[in-house]
Amino acid sequence: MSQHLNSDEVRHTLSILVDNEPGVLARVIGLFSGRGYNIESLTVAGVDEANNLSRISIVTRGSPMVIEQVKAQLDRIVPVHMVRDLTQQGLHIERELALIKVVNKGESRIEALRIADTFRANTLDSTLESFVFEVTGSSSKISAFVELMRSLGHVEVSRTGVSAISRGLNVDMPIRTQNETQE
Amino acid sequence: MTKTSQPKSNASETENSNDLTVTGADAVLRVLEDLNVEVIFGYPGGAVLPIYDALFKRNSIRHILVRHEQAAVHAAEGYARSTGKVGVVLVTSGPGATNAVTGLTDALMDSIPILCITGQVPTHLIGNDAFQEADTVGITRPCTKHNYLVKHAENLVPVLYEAFHVASSGRPGPVVVDLPKDIQFAPIDMGQVEPAKSKAVVRYRPVMIPDADAISQAADMIVSASRPIIYGGGGIINSGDEASEHLRELVALTGFPTTLTLMGLGVLPSEDKHFLGMLGMHGTYEANMSMYHCDVMLNVGARFDDRVTGLTSGFSPNSQKIHIDIDKSSINKNIRVDLGIVGDAGIALKMLVDEVKKRKAAIKKDALSEWWKKIEEWRAVRCLDYNQKGDIIKPQYAIHRLWQKCKGDDVYVTTEVGQHQMWAAQYFGFNAPKRWMTSGGLGTMGYGLPAAMGVQIGNPGKTVIDIAGEASFMMNMQELSTIAQYQLPVKIYIINNEWMGMVRQWQELIHGGRYSESYSASLPDFQKLADCFGMKGLVAKVTDDLDPVIDEMLGTDGPVLVDVRVAKEENCFPMIPSGATHNQMLLGPNDKAAKPVSEEGMVLV
Ligand SMILES: Cc1ncc(C[n+]2csc(CCOP(=O)(O)OP(=O)(O)O)c2C)c(N)n1
Ligand SMILES: [Mg+2]
Repeated sequence: MSQHLNSDEVRHTLSILVDNEPGVLARVIGLFSGRGYNIESLTVAGVDEANNLSRISIVTRGSPMVIEQVKAQLDRIVPVHMVRDLTQQGLHIERELALIKVVNKGESRIEALRIADTFRANTLDSTLESFVFEVTGSSSKISAFVELMRSLGHVEVSRTGVSAISRGLNVDMPIRTQNETQE
Repeated sequence: MTKTSQPKSNASETENSNDLTVTGADAVLRVLEDLNVEVIFGYPGGAVLPIYDALFKRNSIRHILVRHEQAAVHAAEGYARSTGKVGVVLVTSGPGATNAVTGLTDALMDSIPILCITGQVPTHLIGNDAFQEADTVGITRPCTKHNYLVKHAENLVPVLYEAFHVASSGRPGPVVVDLPKDIQFAPIDMGQVEPAKSKAVVRYRPVMIPDADAISQAADMIVSASRPIIYGGGGIINSGDEASEHLRELVALTGFPTTLTLMGLGVLPSEDKHFLGMLGMHGTYEANMSMYHCDVMLNVGARFDDRVTGLTSGFSPNSQKIHIDIDKSSINKNIRVDLGIVGDAGIALKMLVDEVKKRKAAIKKDALSEWWKKIEEWRAVRCLDYNQKGDIIKPQYAIHRLWQKCKGDDVYVTTEVGQHQMWAAQYFGFNAPKRWMTSGGLGTMGYGLPAAMGVQIGNPGKTVIDIAGEASFMMNMQELSTIAQYQLPVKIYIINNEWMGMVRQWQELIHGGRYSESYSASLPDFQKLADCFGMKGLVAKVTDDLDPVIDEMLGTDGPVLVDVRVAKEENCFPMIPSGATHNQMLLGPNDKAAKPVSEEGMVLV
């Protein structure tokens, strides 16, 4: 969430496969805070129930040497099974979901709906003086949407952070069947 | 994991009974027995009483009762470092665990394999601020290699095997297993031991074998060097004794100059002609100058620590660097290298020796002998010479004499932290790995005395000396009681300068000689202190006292506490002042005026 941008700093999106156990997120976050690395966004959820695995997506920023360090340090954590650098690997998709509430009246309501439409946002809730929109897309698209809504009323935002996956037929972090993992 | 049917709290059933159900506490002991643990360093309390009960009943593993949990970990570290085995610690919840934190951090920084079992309040009370509850896994997360809270009885045995495996494999380190009291009473099925063991090995698999191509690339770089240097560290010792053998072979094969870090002393015999001495802040002139001017550097099992590199931007500016390390994150962390090789030091060195052998003819003999000529010039500066005149014992002399008297014997040395530690590294020579135990990464005052106890336990019959400073010694001197209880014949050799000497030195060099709170006031009479613990106390006040005191110390079967009164204001040289590079060493007190510490250096530790 650090905002200062050094010239040699680059933004990398990492996928990390971890055991779904208490403390694993604390280990990852503790690593970033303890060693002074940046976290721009972090998401986590279970992806493989049978094998008890979760996937963490982290967007971080640092010099190329620091990015290498981040990956090597993550890899050292015992319940971390795999670290993939999607940015380094090349083509990948990053998506974020946001829920945006806008409270307003009159003309602004119509404008809000119109903009929501161009952003392909869904309207999940509405009252006579408010909407809740759901919008997915790149982080910059969501930021742009939020900015527009802010000019149209009181706004509250909840964002999930970035979730990411590589393009193409490469399966980096396969979900295995129980049998495969037993051996 | 199968659930056990018949809970059985009585742990005394026989081994060959069909019912393999035992209590959690009993299971802990059985697993440790199975792992060939010979000794536990610990301190009891409410949350580990069931384990202490099992310890009593089974009577299978020796327990050393320390006097403070910090000392339990340091003792386990000393044991581990001097034997190559895992040190095992057992402490209670809350204050027992928090007292262990310094030791755990020390073991993490120096990569020492420790299994620390902490008691915890019963699972249903966790989070309630129960009596002697502390968030042990939270507190120790950043100071362990890994840690576990066992919340379900069926996880106990797998966790213990995995913890032991994680502590001892790859880059070793401390691992905590936090064990709630109800789990210690819970029924455990010991029929699941074998799968638990194999699962541990599958779950954590560090890279041991280095990439063969990278090794041959390293061999090419090495043989093409005109001004090579080998820079070895504690990773060689951690890898096992064969790693030192392979390094010696490489040195003999190539004739390359070699320097070792504080952690690596002993890998090459101190009197080997290729050995340039320790490098770094208080390393030798020849080692640091060679590092600065080399054209190819081979780092094996060292981590470019800031005590070693000095100012990183001016570190060995014209060399190609090869770094072999078991921990990928150590490579390119502080210093960018040209070739990083991940793997075990011993395996890598063996492969490297084989590759270099094939290329032996390519070694640039002429360039190498030119290089050695240059190095001999630096050696001729004789940077470790000191001036022992008159009655007042110079601290360097006190350690140098001790070494001369110990030479030829297989002696184990631990230290505290400060000037005496650096003098010990400079003036005591080691001929084998695992003989030198010092707190390198964390620099923990109070390490040496408990560590010496652990070394002595692991090496009965050997001479074990704690080269101490008076201030550091007092940080864990309660352990005299442990030493007395077990009649550990540890020799405590206090270099008593009545100052926190290293602090005083920095205050003199950097803070205008304002000696703020660094005087060791109200010191005890160390001889009487020894006496009241029933051990021999000796004092050396003048130069002539020294030899007889050392002789008596070494000739005594039991523990001895020696108070060596040394020159009070001696400083430790040579020195790379903070913020300076290897070629800007201060050689002695007269050097300092000419080269003041830079402003940038002031902020460094
Ligand atoms: C636990 C701890 N506290 C503080 C320090 C900072 N420190 C480093 S050396 C030193 C003085 C050590 O004095 P002494 O043991 O007498 O050794 P000397 O330098 O005099 O040989 C201090 C306070 C430390 N290293 N460890
Ligand atoms: Mg002192």
